[in-house]
Amino acid sequence: MPKKEAHITAKDVTMAYGDFVVMRNLTFAVYRGDVFVIMGGSGCGKSTLLRIMIGLKSPARGCIFYGDTDFWEAGSEEQHRIKRNFGVLYQSGALWSSMTLADNIALPLGQYTDLGTNDINEIVSLKLDLVGLAGFEKFYPSEISGGMRKRAGLARAMALDPEVLFFDEPSAGLDPVSARRLDDLILELSESLGATIVIVTHELPSIFAIGTNSVFLDAETRTMIAQGDPKKLLADSTDPRVRRFLTRGEEGMGE
Amino acid sequence: MKTIVAKIDTQTGSETTEPGLSFNISKERLLVVRCIGAWRIDQPWPSAEGVLKQLDSKNGIQAVAFDLKGVTDWDSSLLTVLLKCIERSEEKRIPVDLDTLPDGIRRLLKLATSVPEKKDTGRGVAPKSLLYSIGQSTLEFFHSSREMLLFIGEAFLAFTRMFTGSIQFRASDFKQIIRECGVQALPIVSLISLLVGLILAFIGAVQLMMFGAQIFVANLVGIAMVRVMGAVMTAIIMAGRTGAAFAAQLGTMQVNEELDAFSTLGISPMDFLVLPRMLALTLMMPLLCIYADLMGVLGGLIVGVGMLDMNLMEYYNQTKGAIRLNDLFIGLFHSVVFGVLVSLASCLRGIQCGRSATAVGQATTSAVVTSIVCIIVATAIITIVCNVLGI
Repeated sequence: MPKKEAHITAKDVTMAYGDFVVMRNLTFAVYRGDVFVIMGGSGCGKSTLLRIMIGLKSPARGCIFYGDTDFWEAGSEEQHRIKRNFGVLYQSGALWSSMTLADNIALPLGQYTDLGTNDINEIVSLKLDLVGLAGFEKFYPSEISGGMRKRAGLARAMALDPEVLFFDEPSAGLDPVSARRLDDLILELSESLGATIVIVTHELPSIFAIGTNSVFLDAETRTMIAQGDPKKLLADSTDPRVRRFLTRGEEGMGE
Repeated sequence: MKTIVAKIDTQTGSETTEPGLSFNISKERLLVVRCIGAWRIDQPWPSAEGVLKQLDSKNGIQAVAFDLKGVTDWDSSLLTVLLKCIERSEEKRIPVDLDTLPDGIRRLLKLATSVPEKKDTGRGVAPKSLLYSIGQSTLEFFHSSREMLLFIGEAFLAFTRMFTGSIQFRASDFKQIIRECGVQALPIVSLISLLVGLILAFIGAVQLMMFGAQIFVANLVGIAMVRVMGAVMTAIIMAGRTGAAFAAQLGTMQVNEELDAFSTLGISPMDFLVLPRMLALTLMMPLLCIYADLMGVLGGLIVGVGMLDMNLMEYYNQTKGAIRLNDLFIGLFHSVVFGVLVSLASCLRGIQCGRSATAVGQATTSAVVTSIVCIIVATAIITIVCNVLGI
């Protein structure tokens, strides 16, 4: 079996807000094609780690590598090039409220490609078709439901066919059926596009359904205490904190 | 020991019992805390101070127990008192017997004490010294000044990028902002400017009539409006109306992670959001200023013709003779400066906004206050410079 290529590597990353250290000594690798889950309890710093990985917040210490390039040491043009290959779905969807769904998806296409209006419109329609929102081109984000906003956000994140897609709590605020549909969609897109996917979540069904690799952040010790395939972690991990989380508190409560 | 006071509730006719708390210490040095009555959160309840003092005193208490047989009703008020006693006992390493407590209370107390208090949250409760506060405020001042200068620098760079053809904002957005800053502001600018003209004319008329010089009301209103008041009043209106809207829009975008979405796509919020707002307001402000000047003069004319028995042409000719082209240019210069200041201050506060609804409110308030302070300071500086230059 060929050795997998590391797409994103975190080396000794420490995250802090001022003097308050959120997490320290995070070292892990996200391989190409992985569905990588950043998991842990509420408030442990999962979203902060994601913000560091997508270039919105600098780490207090340590490096994030994209291939061989240290993102936070790279020049602005290099950072821009790396970001060009990102797609991010934020927790709230973060659709631009003053624009229609079509404009939301068309904007990155207009910024980064030389496509004509007709081509852009066709791609916009395709992306909306892929997430099951065909016919909603002219709708504003305020006119659609939360689940639809998430899917529209996913369509925007995929607009430029990025190599890596980041999801910040994609199922948060969704009913179980919509959450399951979104998971299926993420899995389908990952397999068909071959994109690397990084997901921040604490939804166990999602973690087991789509995760192929993961890192577990522990708020108590403020560092990562496990990594690997979540299903294997469930089967093999002996750490009570990991077991408590992955079994929804059914195991490891006595520790 | 406190006695139980029974009362008849006049509304419901039911018996109510005031909550009571007492304690005694047995020969075996067992501290028994006894609670009685109905403990309800909507009425005062006794303090646990006496019990806590006993626990703090070094009189050899061996254990603590509770007697709640006399409690007829309870809620969180009783729990807070029990929790205080239990926590103090644990601090003093005195065993507490919880077995005598009712099941519901015991389970809630267990829940409340199951997670230890987090001590390292970085939020100390100790009051900060004056020196510390002064130091922190000074550092914050330098930090915010640096942020402001960075923002101004970035805005300037975005402005220069516009001439290299690498601007990123959409024409449709720009048109919409122009409409909001321009046409939609006309009604309020009309009303305020007309009233300012009327007020100036009234005040002037009262004084000038004493010398029979009421004709100079036209000079007063014309020069004041065209040279400075038209621009200042328009700027203040735009700070309260459009500036606040800019800050609220950008602040809400910050809360909804929309600004993050721009950043991760490599689109500069400065180019896409701030620049069109700056351009629109700076372009619209002089036009609104000219309009406000005309409305102000119209206000003066209403007083002149209606109250001072001046004729229309007389007032017009007097105004025309009084206002120099210089006055108009100075007024327009004011308005351009105000346009830049109001848009910069508002967008800065919007972009700096935190990630909560309160932060949006603070950003909006701060945008208006900063804009108005900038307007007044800029007016003073321009007036002094004009005076020194003799224009």
